[in-house]
Amino acid sequence: MYAFGGGIAAIVTRHPLLIKSTRQAGIATCGLIFLATLSLEYLFFTDNFSVAYVVSHSNRDLSTFYKIAALWAGQEGSLLFWSFLLAVYVISVLLTYRNKNGELMPYVGVVMAGVQIFFLTLNNFVENPFKALGVAGANGAMDLVARADGNGLTPLLQYPEMVIHPPNLYSGYTGFTIPFAFALGALLARYPGEKWIHLTRKWTMIAWMFQSMGILLGAHWAYAVLGWGGYWGWDPVENASLLPWLTGTAFLHSVMMQEKRGMMKVWNVWLVFITFLLCILGTFLTRSGVVSSVHAFANSAIGTWFVGFIVIILLVCFGAYFKNRDYLKSENQLDSIVSRESSFLFNNLILLVSCVAVLSGTLFPVFSEWFTGNRISVGAPFFNKVNIPIGLLLLFLTGVGPLLAWRKTSTESLKRNFGWPLGIGLAAGVIALVFGFRQFYSWICLILCVFVASTVLLEFYRGAKVIRARSGASFVASAVDLTMRNTRRYGGYIVHMGMVFVFIGLAGAAFNRDVQKDMRQGDTLQIGPYTLLMQGFDTMPQKNYTAQRLLVEVLQDGKPTMMLYPEKRRFATTVENGTMVAIHSTLKEDLYVVYAGTSPDTQMPVLHAYLNPLVKWIWLGGAVVVFGTLVALLPNRRAVLVLSGAQQPAALPLAEGLPTPVTLRKGHDHD
Amino acid sequence: MKKQAKFGVGIGVIVASMGFLAWLGYGESKTYYHTIAELQTLSGSANSQRMRVGGTVATGSIRHLAGRVDFVLEGEGKTLPVSYIGNDPLPDTFVDKSQALVEGRPGPEGRFVAEVVQAKCASKYEAAPGGKGGAAPKSTEPSGM
Repeated sequence: MYAFGGGIAAIVTRHPLLIKSTRQAGIATCGLIFLATLSLEYLFFTDNFSVAYVVSHSNRDLSTFYKIAALWAGQEGSLLFWSFLLAVYVISVLLTYRNKNGELMPYVGVVMAGVQIFFLTLNNFVENPFKALGVAGANGAMDLVARADGNGLTPLLQYPEMVIHPPNLYSGYTGFTIPFAFALGALLARYPGEKWIHLTRKWTMIAWMFQSMGILLGAHWAYAVLGWGGYWGWDPVENASLLPWLTGTAFLHSVMMQEKRGMMKVWNVWLVFITFLLCILGTFLTRSGVVSSVHAFANSAIGTWFVGFIVIILLVCFGAYFKNRDYLKSENQLDSIVSRESSFLFNNLILLVSCVAVLSGTLFPVFSEWFTGNRISVGAPFFNKVNIPIGLLLLFLTGVGPLLAWRKTSTESLKRNFGWPLGIGLAAGVIALVFGFRQFYSWICLILCVFVASTVLLEFYRGAKVIRARSGASFVASAVDLTMRNTRRYGGYIVHMGMVFVFIGLAGAAFNRDVQKDMRQGDTLQIGPYTLLMQGFDTMPQKNYTAQRLLVEVLQDGKPTMMLYPEKRRFATTVENGTMVAIHSTLKEDLYVVYAGTSPDTQMPVLHAYLNPLVKWIWLGGAVVVFGTLVALLPNRRAVLVLSGAQQPAALPLAEGLPTPVTLRKGHDHD
Repeated sequence: MKKQAKFGVGIGVIVASMGFLAWLGYGESKTYYHTIAELQTLSGSANSQRMRVGGTVATGSIRHLAGRVDFVLEGEGKTLPVSYIGNDPLPDTFVDKSQALVEGRPGPEGRFVAEVVQAKCASKYEAAPGGKGGAAPKSTEPSGM
């Protein structure tokens, strides 16, 4: 019912007869999508087991919290959820800019509507979540009556993260539609000026933030639920979520080149296009199982639809590009290899190389089958070999890039800006060596982390010092003031700091240890400073599952410190098991204990303990990255008006460090 | 032009070294996919490669022995006896009629020696949403980072 209304409204928007009616049609479409999504949630909450989708993904005893999540537990619902989030974005764009950018918006609206049409077609005709049981074609289940209870939600998804991770990741995926719409719209409209680039950048940042959160939450879910002691396995679906993040990151950096120097326009437009394509590809890989599934799950016709859609997008992009190529002419050329421009250039290059490597590795089974007839996959070593050096190079540029001047940097300013941080970084490296640090990549990573952190802190310190000298406020207040004056620049630094934390956490992986042992009551297991004492096990029936817990006492240096309860959960409805990992997390290391199963030899429970140093820094870094992005999204606070005369000179000392053509500094920002 | 050349060299060096590393990693981790039927037609060096084979666990075939677990995979009307010799306990999802993916090398007497076993429940598997579909099948492999 909702469906046809939504579809028709969306198709109407394709013919922009009147700008206003188009916009209203767009808003109406979104309204109908909201209605559809709410109805599906309503079906879940009222336990309506005559709808196939509800039967497959819910049951009466499922807690309310997870009933919300059941919406995106399967194919059909996920696609509806995609449409829903897209509608949220579209409606906010349509409403925010309803009286602005008159020339541009119709084009943007049309592009957004085009994307919506695709997903709505899938929702309505290919993967309709509202199929009632008994109607022909409902997953083989031909009961004409409603079921008494549902099959329940997959245990793997019954975890708090699973309720917030998909919305985040999907918000990232869908969010990149908006920059795409702006970029394509501007190109089609030959929209004058750089205004669209600011709008695009802003929306890219929002999508990027969600994508970052989504990726990290997903990693945390994999860490806490899958029970294999790691958080990233270079799984095709993980890779799929990383790809648009990489190109999105590249765009956020290279777009500055366009804003400040009018360069790289073609490149930027294509980065936006590619990012969006990778989002669609990511959704496709996630949903169709083209790569991960060697089991040949007949996964509906959805794959063909996606391939078709990708081809159409590509054709449109190429068409628009060739028609309006001259609009993207560069105004400047690269001047020097030691300059901000070139650091952006290399940053982009590296991100792209990484993207290509991850993409080709992910799709390797498909390509190798085409070319050689053999399906060959590549595993973690492939991705690690390429991406670890890339990551370190990026980290290096993170430290160097922001402090290089536009156009050309003098040796003197290099010394002033990098002398201290480099010294501190190297000193840390030497200290680490003395303390017996012997992992090459982690060692490099440590040096770079210290180096980047010092450059960032130095920037804050210098800026805040100037402001304090002027206003007499405390140092912290000055730093906050500084940040608020140029949110984008200092927000960016905060994001960089967050990335440093993430890298610290990743570097810890080189020192992971694990032990596995069959545990009789009273047995102990030694890992690092911890001794695990097996005290026994108990069984706890819960509403939706039965938990079998191991009671493990943890002794640190011989003193009892805490109890850990790794669990196995048996879900009555699905006859599936879930693992609950017990994690004791500190900034220094995670003690990660898994009830790994029953030993086939001895019939005793197997305890698998991991000691993963520094993992917590990754999640911490993620939080900092999100915070930084939020700061960067805030509008700049203008310095107090009375001081406006003094404001101009105030901007200069901020830019100190760098003897550059003043007009090109990031110091004055727009938006 | 000189500047452009410098950039060209820089870019070339980066791309070339990454390409080299990629090639190394590829050699280290490439794994062939084969179906059960294909496995029986392989000969020579192709038979000693690391490979993955997928199939359905035959009902009642799982046998726990000292130090290993034997079971039979079925697919395309053929069967393949497998010995799992890994250290980790088998995943919870590994039961009769589950879809299993084994990774290892062909052993003597047509028996496949698996170091890693992944299993998905055939009845109810669907890619987990939000990016973890492929990670959802449980594995005995503590790989990755």
